[in-house]
Amino acid sequence: MPGNWPLSKRRRALTERGAIFNKIRAFFQEKGYLEVETPFRIPAPAPETHIDAIASAGWFLQTSPELCMKRMLAAGYRRIFQICRCWREGERGVRHLSEFTMLEWYRAGADYFDLMDETEALVKAAAVVPRIRYRGLDIELDLPWERITVAEAFRLYGGSTVSEALAAGTFDEIMVERIEPRLGLTRPTFIYDYPPCCAALARLKKGDATVAERFELYIGGLEIANAFSELIDPEEQRTRFEAAAAERASYGKDAYPVPEKFLAALAEMPEAAGIALGLDRLVMVLLDAECIDDVVAFTTEEL
Amino acid sequence: MYSAADLRKGLKIAIDNEPYIITAFDFAKPGKGQALYRTKLKNMITGSTLDRTYRSGETFEPANLEDRKMQYLYKEDDHYCFMDNDTFEQIHINEAAMGDAKNYLIDNLAVDVLIFRDKAIGVDVPNFVNLRVTQTDPWVKGDTSGSDSKPATLETGYVLRVPPFIEEGELITIDTRTGEYSTRVKG
Repeated sequence: MPGNWPLSKRRRALTERGAIFNKIRAFFQEKGYLEVETPFRIPAPAPETHIDAIASAGWFLQTSPELCMKRMLAAGYRRIFQICRCWREGERGVRHLSEFTMLEWYRAGADYFDLMDETEALVKAAAVVPRIRYRGLDIELDLPWERITVAEAFRLYGGSTVSEALAAGTFDEIMVERIEPRLGLTRPTFIYDYPPCCAALARLKKGDATVAERFELYIGGLEIANAFSELIDPEEQRTRFEAAAAERASYGKDAYPVPEKFLAALAEMPEAAGIALGLDRLVMVLLDAECIDDVVAFTTEEL
Repeated sequence: MYSAADLRKGLKIAIDNEPYIITAFDFAKPGKGQALYRTKLKNMITGSTLDRTYRSGETFEPANLEDRKMQYLYKEDDHYCFMDNDTFEQIHINEAAMGDAKNYLIDNLAVDVLIFRDKAIGVDVPNFVNLRVTQTDPWVKGDTSGSDSKPATLETGYVLRVPPFIEEGELITIDTRTGEYSTRVKG
Protein backbone atom coordinates (compact mmCIF):
# COMPACT_ATOMS: atom_id res chain seq x y z
CA MET A 1 0.00 0.00 0.00
CA PRO A 2 1.21 3.53 -0.62
CA GLY A 3 2.86 4.95 2.47
CA ASN A 4 1.76 8.53 1.85
CA TRP A 5 -1.85 8.11 2.94
CA PRO A 6 -2.76 11.82 3.06
CA LEU A 7 -1.92 11.96 -0.65
CA SER A 8 -3.19 8.56 -1.78
CA LYS A 9 -6.53 8.96 0.03
CA ARG A 10 -7.24 12.05 -2.09
CA ARG A 11 -7.20 10.14 -5.36
CA ARG A 12 -10.98 10.17 -5.68
CA ALA A 13 -11.19 13.91 -4.90
CA LEU A 14 -8.38 14.77 -7.33
CA THR A 15 -9.97 12.67 -10.06
CA GLU A 16 -13.25 14.53 -9.64
CA ARG A 17 -11.39 17.84 -9.44
CA GLY A 18 -9.81 17.11 -12.82
CA ALA A 19 -13.23 16.29 -14.30
CA ILE A 20 -14.66 19.57 -12.96
CA PHE A 21 -11.78 21.52 -14.52
CA ASN A 22 -12.50 19.84 -17.88
CA LYS A 23 -16.17 20.84 -17.68
CA ILE A 24 -15.23 24.43 -16.84
CA ARG A 25 -12.88 24.66 -19.84
CA ALA A 26 -15.56 23.16 -22.10
CA PHE A 27 -18.10 25.71 -20.77
CA PHE A 28 -15.90 28.66 -21.67
CA GLN A 29 -14.83 27.28 -25.04
CA GLU A 30 -18.47 26.85 -25.98
CA LYS A 31 -19.15 30.47 -25.06
CA GLY A 32 -16.34 31.77 -27.20
CA TYR A 33 -13.85 32.56 -24.43
CA LEU A 34 -10.13 32.39 -25.05
CA GLU A 35 -8.07 30.65 -22.38
CA VAL A 36 -5.10 32.89 -21.57
CA GLU A 37 -1.99 32.74 -19.41
CA THR A 38 -0.39 35.77 -17.79
CA PRO A 39 2.78 35.85 -15.67
CA PHE A 40 2.58 34.70 -12.05
CA ARG A 41 5.45 36.96 -11.02
CA ILE A 42 4.62 40.64 -11.47
CA PRO A 43 6.26 43.98 -10.54
CA ALA A 44 3.20 45.62 -8.95
CA PRO A 45 0.08 43.97 -7.54
CA ALA A 46 -3.11 46.02 -7.10
CA PRO A 47 -2.78 47.82 -3.77
CA GLU A 48 -5.58 46.33 -1.68
CA THR A 49 -5.75 47.08 2.00
CA HIS A 50 -6.15 43.54 3.29
CA ILE A 51 -4.50 41.41 0.59
CA ASP A 52 -0.77 40.88 1.02
CA ALA A 53 1.45 39.69 -1.82
CA ILE A 54 4.48 37.45 -1.33
CA ALA A 55 7.72 39.05 -2.51
CA SER A 56 9.69 37.17 -5.16
CA ALA A 57 13.16 38.34 -6.18
CA GLY A 58 12.26 42.03 -6.08
CA TRP A 59 8.82 41.55 -7.65
CA PHE A 60 5.72 39.80 -6.29
CA LEU A 61 3.77 36.59 -6.81
CA GLN A 62 0.35 37.59 -8.12
CA THR A 63 -2.56 37.74 -5.68
CA SER A 64 -4.87 37.66 -8.73
CA PRO A 65 -4.27 37.87 -12.51
CA GLU A 66 -6.64 40.85 -12.61
CA LEU A 67 -4.33 43.63 -13.81
CA CYS A 68 -2.76 41.67 -16.68
CA MET A 69 -6.13 40.34 -17.82
CA LYS A 70 -7.61 43.84 -17.88
CA ARG A 71 -4.66 44.98 -19.98
CA MET A 72 -5.67 42.26 -22.43
CA LEU A 73 -9.26 43.61 -22.45
CA ALA A 74 -7.87 47.06 -23.19
CA ALA A 75 -5.90 45.57 -26.10
CA GLY A 76 -9.07 44.19 -27.67
CA TYR A 77 -9.44 40.67 -26.24
CA ARG A 78 -13.17 40.67 -25.43
CA ARG A 79 -13.78 37.30 -23.73
CA ILE A 80 -10.92 35.74 -21.78
CA PHE A 81 -10.58 33.24 -18.94
CA GLN A 82 -7.66 31.92 -16.95
CA ILE A 83 -7.12 29.12 -14.43
CA CYS A 84 -3.99 29.89 -12.44
CA ARG A 85 -2.23 29.85 -9.11
CA CYS A 86 -2.40 32.88 -6.82
CA TRP A 87 -0.60 33.58 -3.57
CA ARG A 88 -1.72 35.53 -0.52
CA GLU A 89 0.54 35.94 2.46
CA GLY A 90 -0.68 34.59 5.78
CA GLU A 91 -3.99 33.15 4.57
CA ARG A 92 -4.32 29.64 5.94
CA GLY A 93 -7.23 27.78 7.49
CA VAL A 94 -9.79 25.11 6.67
CA ARG A 95 -11.03 27.31 3.78
CA HIS A 96 -7.74 29.02 2.88
CA LEU A 97 -4.44 28.05 1.31
CA SER A 98 -1.72 30.64 0.90
CA GLU A 99 -1.21 29.22 -2.62
CA PHE A 100 -4.53 28.43 -4.26
CA THR A 101 -6.18 28.05 -7.65
CA MET A 102 -8.18 30.89 -9.11
CA LEU A 103 -10.53 30.99 -12.07
CA GLU A 104 -10.92 34.49 -13.47
CA TRP A 105 -12.90 35.55 -16.48
CA TYR A 106 -13.58 38.90 -18.10
CA ARG A 107 -16.21 39.89 -20.63
CA ALA A 108 -16.32 43.15 -22.55
CA GLY A 109 -19.75 44.76 -22.82
CA ALA A 110 -21.10 42.94 -19.75
CA ASP A 111 -22.04 44.18 -16.28
CA TYR A 112 -22.18 42.41 -12.94
CA PHE A 113 -25.75 41.19 -13.42
CA ASP A 114 -24.70 39.50 -16.68
CA LEU A 115 -21.93 37.77 -14.75
CA MET A 116 -24.39 36.53 -12.09
CA ASP A 117 -26.27 34.73 -14.88
CA GLU A 118 -23.08 33.36 -16.36
CA THR A 119 -21.71 32.23 -12.98
CA GLU A 120 -24.98 30.39 -12.31
CA ALA A 121 -24.70 28.59 -15.66
CA LEU A 122 -21.04 27.73 -15.02
CA VAL A 123 -21.64 26.22 -11.57
CA LYS A 124 -24.56 24.18 -12.92
CA ALA A 125 -22.39 22.91 -15.77
CA ALA A 126 -19.62 21.96 -13.33
CA ALA A 127 -21.99 20.26 -10.89
CA VAL A 128 -23.96 18.29 -13.49
CA VAL A 129 -26.55 17.26 -10.84
CA PRO A 130 -29.44 19.60 -9.91
CA ARG A 131 -28.87 19.33 -6.17
CA ILE A 132 -25.65 19.22 -4.16
CA ARG A 133 -25.17 18.01 -0.61
CA TYR A 134 -22.65 20.04 1.34
CA ARG A 135 -22.04 19.86 5.10
CA GLY A 136 -25.48 18.35 5.72
CA LEU A 137 -27.27 20.95 3.57
CA ASP A 138 -29.29 20.09 0.47
CA ILE A 139 -28.62 22.95 -1.93
CA GLU A 140 -30.90 23.20 -4.96
CA LEU A 141 -29.14 24.53 -8.03
CA ASP A 142 -32.27 24.49 -10.20
CA LEU A 143 -34.27 26.91 -8.03
CA PRO A 144 -33.81 30.59 -8.90
CA TRP A 145 -30.63 31.66 -7.05
CA GLU A 146 -31.13 34.14 -4.25
CA ARG A 147 -30.04 37.73 -4.91
CA ILE A 148 -29.89 40.12 -1.95
CA THR A 149 -28.11 43.40 -1.48
CA VAL A 150 -25.52 43.92 1.25
CA ALA A 151 -27.93 46.43 2.84
CA GLU A 152 -30.74 43.83 2.93
CA ALA A 153 -28.42 41.20 4.39
CA PHE A 154 -27.34 43.56 7.18
CA ARG A 155 -30.97 44.38 7.92
CA LEU A 156 -32.08 40.73 7.88
CA TYR A 157 -29.17 39.10 9.69
CA GLY A 158 -26.66 41.72 10.80
CA GLY A 159 -28.48 43.48 13.64
CA SER A 160 -27.04 46.75 12.33
CA THR A 161 -27.08 48.91 9.22
CA VAL A 162 -24.12 48.97 6.84
CA SER A 163 -23.25 52.56 7.72
CA GLU A 164 -23.39 51.83 11.47
CA ALA A 165 -21.12 48.82 10.96
CA LEU A 166 -18.63 50.81 8.85
CA ALA A 167 -18.57 53.62 11.41
CA ALA A 168 -17.97 51.16 14.25
CA GLY A 169 -15.33 49.23 12.29
CA THR A 170 -17.35 46.00 12.63
CA PHE A 171 -18.35 45.42 8.98
CA ASP A 172 -16.05 42.40 8.57
CA GLU A 173 -16.97 40.83 11.93
CA ILE A 174 -20.69 41.09 11.17
CA MET A 175 -20.16 39.59 7.72
CA VAL A 176 -18.21 36.65 9.12
CA GLU A 177 -20.18 35.96 12.28
CA ARG A 178 -23.77 36.79 11.37
CA ILE A 179 -24.25 37.08 7.62
CA GLU A 180 -22.00 34.58 5.83
CA PRO A 181 -23.37 31.61 7.84
CA ARG A 182 -26.86 32.46 6.51
CA LEU A 183 -26.00 32.70 2.82
CA GLY A 184 -26.56 29.98 0.23
CA LEU A 185 -28.04 27.39 2.58
CA THR A 186 -30.93 26.09 0.45
CA ARG A 187 -29.82 27.54 -2.91
CA PRO A 188 -26.79 29.64 -3.85
CA THR A 189 -26.87 33.32 -2.90
CA PHE A 190 -25.53 36.37 -4.73
CA ILE A 191 -24.97 39.25 -2.30
CA TYR A 192 -24.40 42.51 -4.17
CA ASP A 193 -24.02 46.30 -4.06
CA TYR A 194 -21.14 46.72 -1.63
CA PRO A 195 -20.10 49.99 0.01
CA PRO A 196 -17.58 51.72 -2.30
CA CYS A 197 -14.84 51.41 0.34
CA CYS A 198 -15.06 47.59 -0.06
CA ALA A 199 -14.69 47.64 -3.86
CA ALA A 200 -11.51 49.43 -4.94
CA LEU A 201 -11.66 48.19 -8.55
CA ALA A 202 -15.44 48.31 -9.13
CA ARG A 203 -17.41 51.11 -10.70
CA LEU A 204 -20.04 52.94 -8.65
CA LYS A 205 -23.61 51.88 -9.32
CA LYS A 206 -25.31 53.73 -12.11
CA GLY A 207 -28.01 55.85 -10.46
CA ASP A 208 -26.84 55.21 -6.88
CA ALA A 209 -23.27 56.27 -6.09
CA THR A 210 -23.59 55.10 -2.46
CA VAL A 211 -22.79 51.53 -3.55
CA ALA A 212 -20.41 49.85 -5.98
CA GLU A 213 -21.34 47.25 -8.59
CA ARG A 214 -19.76 44.29 -6.87
CA PHE A 215 -21.17 40.87 -5.93
CA GLU A 216 -20.06 37.79 -4.10
CA LEU A 217 -21.37 34.25 -4.54
CA TYR A 218 -21.96 32.07 -1.46
CA ILE A 219 -22.85 28.39 -1.44
CA GLY A 220 -23.49 26.67 1.89
CA GLY A 221 -22.08 29.68 3.78
CA LEU A 222 -18.82 29.43 1.83
CA GLU A 223 -17.59 32.40 -0.20
CA ILE A 224 -16.97 31.15 -3.75
CA ALA A 225 -16.52 34.15 -6.06
CA ASN A 226 -16.16 37.93 -6.21
CA ALA A 227 -17.12 40.06 -9.22
CA PHE A 228 -17.31 43.66 -10.40
CA SER A 229 -18.57 45.84 -13.14
CA GLU A 230 -15.06 47.07 -13.77
CA LEU A 231 -13.95 50.61 -13.04
CA ILE A 232 -12.47 51.96 -16.29
CA ASP A 233 -11.71 55.55 -15.30
CA PRO A 234 -7.90 55.82 -14.91
CA GLU A 235 -7.97 58.95 -12.73
CA GLU A 236 -10.62 57.53 -10.39
CA GLN A 237 -8.67 54.26 -10.23
CA ARG A 238 -5.44 56.10 -9.37
CA THR A 239 -7.22 57.96 -6.56
CA ARG A 240 -8.59 54.70 -5.17
CA PHE A 241 -5.15 53.05 -5.35
CA GLU A 242 -3.70 56.00 -3.44
CA ALA A 243 -6.40 55.64 -0.78
CA ALA A 244 -5.71 51.90 -0.50
CA ALA A 245 -1.96 52.55 -0.30
CA ALA A 246 -2.51 55.08 2.50
CA GLU A 247 -4.68 52.58 4.33
CA ARG A 248 -2.00 49.89 3.93
CA ALA A 249 0.54 52.30 5.38
CA SER A 250 -1.75 53.00 8.35
CA TYR A 251 -1.72 49.25 9.10
CA GLY A 252 2.08 49.24 8.85
CA LYS A 253 1.99 47.15 5.66
CA ASP A 254 4.52 47.31 2.81
CA ALA A 255 3.87 49.70 -0.05
CA TYR A 256 3.72 48.36 -3.62
CA PRO A 257 4.89 50.19 -6.73
CA VAL A 258 2.02 51.90 -8.59
CA PRO A 259 0.94 49.67 -11.54
CA GLU A 260 1.42 52.43 -14.12
CA LYS A 261 1.08 50.29 -17.25
CA PHE A 262 -2.27 49.02 -15.96
CA LEU A 263 -3.49 52.55 -15.22
CA ALA A 264 -2.41 53.71 -18.67
CA ALA A 265 -4.25 50.79 -20.30
CA LEU A 266 -7.49 51.53 -18.42
CA ALA A 267 -8.08 54.53 -20.68
CA GLU A 268 -8.55 52.10 -23.56
CA MET A 269 -10.48 49.43 -21.69
CA PRO A 270 -14.09 48.86 -22.83
CA GLU A 271 -16.95 48.58 -20.36
CA ALA A 272 -16.58 45.09 -18.92
CA ALA A 273 -17.28 42.84 -15.98
CA GLY A 274 -14.88 40.42 -14.38
CA ILE A 275 -14.98 37.73 -11.74
CA ALA A 276 -12.55 35.75 -9.59
CA LEU A 277 -13.75 32.33 -8.45
CA GLY A 278 -11.87 30.18 -5.94
CA LEU A 279 -11.72 26.84 -7.70
CA ASP A 280 -10.56 24.88 -4.65
CA ARG A 281 -13.62 26.21 -2.81
CA LEU A 282 -15.97 25.29 -5.66
CA VAL A 283 -14.51 21.76 -5.66
CA MET A 284 -15.00 21.62 -1.85
CA VAL A 285 -18.69 22.39 -2.26
CA LEU A 286 -19.24 19.99 -5.14
CA LEU A 287 -17.41 17.16 -3.34
CA ASP A 288 -18.74 17.96 0.14
CA ALA A 289 -15.19 18.38 1.47
CA GLU A 290 -14.79 19.69 5.02
CA CYS A 291 -11.32 21.14 4.49
CA ILE A 292 -9.57 22.72 1.51
CA ASP A 293 -6.66 20.34 2.12
CA ASP A 294 -8.93 17.48 1.01
CA VAL A 295 -9.17 18.76 -2.59
CA VAL A 296 -5.53 19.58 -3.42
CA ALA A 297 -2.58 17.25 -3.98
CA PHE A 298 -0.21 19.09 -1.64
CA THR A 299 -0.61 21.71 1.03
CA THR A 300 2.33 23.97 1.86
CA GLU A 301 2.90 22.05 5.07
CA GLU A 302 3.23 18.77 3.15
CA LEU A 303 6.07 19.96 0.93
CA MET B 1 4.82 36.90 22.61
CA TYR B 2 2.51 35.47 19.95
CA SER B 3 0.93 37.26 17.00
CA ALA B 4 -2.54 36.57 15.66
CA ALA B 5 -0.97 34.43 12.92
CA ASP B 6 0.41 32.09 15.61
CA LEU B 7 -3.04 31.27 16.99
CA ARG B 8 -4.04 27.62 16.54
CA LYS B 9 -5.90 24.89 18.36
CA GLY B 10 -4.00 23.82 21.47
CA LEU B 11 -2.05 27.07 21.93
CA LYS B 12 -2.05 28.38 25.51
CA ILE B 13 -2.24 32.12 26.07
CA ALA B 14 -2.69 34.44 29.05
CA ILE B 15 -5.82 36.57 29.35
CA ASP B 16 -6.05 38.78 32.45
CA ASN B 17 -3.08 36.80 33.82
CA GLU B 18 -4.98 33.51 33.68
CA PRO B 19 -4.07 30.60 31.41
CA TYR B 20 -6.41 29.77 28.54
CA ILE B 21 -6.16 27.03 25.93
CA ILE B 22 -7.56 27.44 22.41
CA THR B 23 -10.03 24.58 21.93
CA ALA B 24 -11.29 25.59 18.48
CA PHE B 25 -9.76 27.87 15.87
CA ASP B 26 -10.96 29.28 12.55
CA PHE B 27 -9.24 31.64 10.12
CA ALA B 28 -11.80 33.84 8.34
CA LYS B 29 -11.42 36.54 5.73
CA PRO B 30 -14.60 37.92 4.19
CA GLY B 31 -14.07 38.94 0.55
CA LYS B 32 -11.61 41.85 0.36
CA GLY B 33 -11.96 42.27 4.13
CA GLN B 34 -9.48 41.88 6.92
CA ALA B 35 -8.26 38.61 8.40
CA LEU B 36 -10.18 37.52 11.49
CA TYR B 37 -8.94 34.84 13.85
CA ARG B 38 -11.91 33.23 15.59
CA THR B 39 -11.22 31.22 18.71
CA LYS B 40 -12.96 29.28 21.43
CA LEU B 41 -10.95 29.51 24.62
CA LYS B 42 -11.10 27.48 27.80
CA ASN B 43 -9.93 28.84 31.10
CA MET B 44 -7.52 26.15 32.31
CA ILE B 45 -8.31 26.84 35.97
CA THR B 46 -12.07 27.24 36.04
CA GLY B 47 -12.97 25.35 32.85
CA SER B 48 -15.20 28.20 31.74
CA THR B 49 -15.21 28.95 28.01
CA LEU B 50 -15.44 32.06 25.88
CA ASP B 51 -15.53 33.00 22.18
CA ARG B 52 -13.10 35.67 21.02
CA THR B 53 -12.37 37.07 17.56
CA TYR B 54 -8.96 38.65 17.01
CA ARG B 55 -7.45 40.70 14.17
CA SER B 56 -4.04 40.90 12.54
CA GLY B 57 -1.65 42.97 14.59
CA GLU B 58 -2.94 41.82 17.97
CA THR B 59 -0.39 40.18 20.24
CA PHE B 60 -0.69 37.63 23.02
CA GLU B 61 1.36 36.65 26.04
CA PRO B 62 2.01 32.93 26.47
CA ALA B 63 0.22 31.37 29.44
CA ASN B 64 2.56 31.55 32.39
CA LEU B 65 2.83 27.83 33.05
CA GLU B 66 5.58 25.70 34.47
CA ASP B 67 5.89 22.21 33.03
CA ARG B 68 7.14 19.15 34.88
CA LYS B 69 8.23 15.91 33.22
CA MET B 70 6.11 13.14 34.68
CA GLN B 71 4.95 9.65 33.83
CA TYR B 72 1.36 8.47 33.49
CA LEU B 73 0.51 5.78 36.03
CA TYR B 74 -3.22 5.01 36.07
CA LYS B 75 -6.75 6.33 36.12
CA GLU B 76 -8.92 6.11 39.23
CA ASP B 77 -12.55 7.23 39.13
CA ASP B 78 -12.42 10.63 37.42
CA HIS B 79 -8.79 11.33 38.25
CA TYR B 80 -5.59 10.61 36.36
CA CYS B 81 -2.46 9.87 38.34
CA PHE B 82 1.07 10.92 37.30
CA MET B 83 4.48 10.46 38.95
CA ASP B 84 7.65 12.51 38.97
CA ASN B 85 10.41 10.01 38.11
CA ASP B 86 13.04 11.85 40.13
CA THR B 87 11.16 12.59 43.35
CA PHE B 88 8.50 9.83 43.07
CA GLU B 89 5.94 12.46 43.98
CA GLN B 90 2.49 11.63 42.64
CA ILE B 91 -0.19 14.06 41.58
CA HIS B 92 -3.79 13.68 40.43
CA ILE B 93 -5.53 15.61 37.69
CA ASN B 94 -9.25 15.80 37.21
CA GLU B 95 -10.63 14.29 33.99
CA ALA B 96 -12.26 17.59 32.99
CA ALA B 97 -8.84 19.28 32.94
CA MET B 98 -7.27 16.59 30.73
CA GLY B 99 -8.84 17.71 27.45
CA ASP B 100 -7.88 15.62 24.42
CA ALA B 101 -4.74 14.35 26.19
CA LYS B 102 -6.77 11.55 27.78
CA ASN B 103 -7.16 9.98 24.32
CA TYR B 104 -3.45 9.18 24.23
CA LEU B 105 -2.61 8.03 27.74
CA ILE B 106 -1.06 4.59 27.92
CA ASP B 107 0.87 3.23 30.90
CA ASN B 108 4.23 4.91 31.50
CA LEU B 109 3.74 7.58 28.81
CA ALA B 110 6.06 10.53 29.46
CA VAL B 111 4.09 13.79 29.61
CA ASP B 112 4.52 17.41 30.64
CA VAL B 113 2.27 18.24 33.58
CA LEU B 114 1.34 21.91 33.48
CA ILE B 115 1.58 23.81 36.75
CA PHE B 116 0.00 27.19 37.45
CA ARG B 117 0.54 28.76 40.89
CA ASP B 118 1.64 25.39 42.34
CA LYS B 119 -1.45 23.59 41.04
CA ALA B 120 -1.50 20.98 38.25
CA ILE B 121 -4.06 22.15 35.71
CA GLY B 122 -3.39 20.10 32.59
CA VAL B 123 -1.13 17.82 30.60
CA ASP B 124 0.84 18.11 27.36
CA VAL B 125 1.41 14.82 25.56
CA PRO B 126 4.12 14.28 22.91
CA ASN B 127 3.21 15.44 19.39
CA PHE B 128 3.30 11.82 18.20
CA VAL B 129 2.27 8.74 20.17
CA ASN B 130 2.07 5.09 19.12
CA LEU B 131 -1.15 3.28 20.03
CA ARG B 132 -2.48 -0.18 19.24
CA VAL B 133 -5.70 -0.73 17.28
CA THR B 134 -8.07 -2.88 19.35
CA GLN B 135 -11.01 -2.93 16.96
CA THR B 136 -11.52 -2.21 13.28
CA ASP B 137 -13.42 -3.96 10.50
CA PRO B 138 -11.34 -5.92 7.99
CA TRP B 139 -10.40 -4.33 4.69
CA VAL B 140 -12.53 -5.47 1.77
CA LYS B 141 -10.02 -7.09 -0.57
CA GLY B 142 -10.03 -5.71 -4.06
CA ASP B 143 -10.79 -2.16 -2.99
CA THR B 144 -7.70 -0.51 -4.40
CA SER B 145 -9.13 2.99 -4.61
CA GLY B 146 -6.98 3.96 -1.64
CA SER B 147 -9.29 6.88 -1.07
CA ASP B 148 -11.53 5.62 1.72
CA SER B 149 -11.03 5.45 5.44
CA LYS B 150 -12.71 3.46 8.18
CA PRO B 151 -13.21 3.88 11.93
CA ALA B 152 -10.83 2.21 14.38
CA THR B 153 -10.84 2.00 18.17
CA LEU B 154 -7.51 2.32 19.95
CA GLU B 155 -6.37 0.80 23.24
CA THR B 156 -7.26 4.02 25.05
CA GLY B 157 -10.83 3.89 23.77
CA TYR B 158 -10.20 6.73 21.31
CA VAL B 159 -11.97 6.29 17.96
CA LEU B 160 -10.55 7.81 14.76
CA ARG B 161 -10.46 7.30 10.95
CA VAL B 162 -7.65 5.14 9.60
CA PRO B 163 -6.68 3.88 6.11
CA PRO B 164 -8.55 0.74 5.05
CA PHE B 165 -5.40 -1.41 5.14
CA ILE B 166 -4.94 -1.03 8.92
CA GLU B 167 -5.74 -4.24 10.79
CA GLU B 168 -6.65 -5.07 14.36
CA GLY B 169 -3.64 -5.43 16.63
CA GLU B 170 -1.47 -3.08 14.55
CA LEU B 171 0.47 -0.23 16.12
CA ILE B 172 -0.15 3.19 14.56
CA THR B 173 1.22 6.69 15.13
CA ILE B 174 -1.23 9.46 15.99
CA ASP B 175 -0.53 13.18 15.61
CA THR B 176 -1.88 14.41 18.94
CA ARG B 177 -2.10 18.02 17.71
CA THR B 178 -4.79 17.07 15.22
CA GLY B 179 -5.98 13.78 16.70
CA GLU B 180 -5.49 12.15 13.30
CA TYR B 181 -3.78 9.02 12.02
CA SER B 182 -0.23 9.68 10.91
CA THR B 183 1.51 6.42 9.90
CA ARG B 184 1.60 2.70 10.52
CA VAL B 185 4.44 1.53 12.78
CA LYS B 186 6.38 -1.10 10.83
CA GLY B 187 7.32 -4.42 12.40
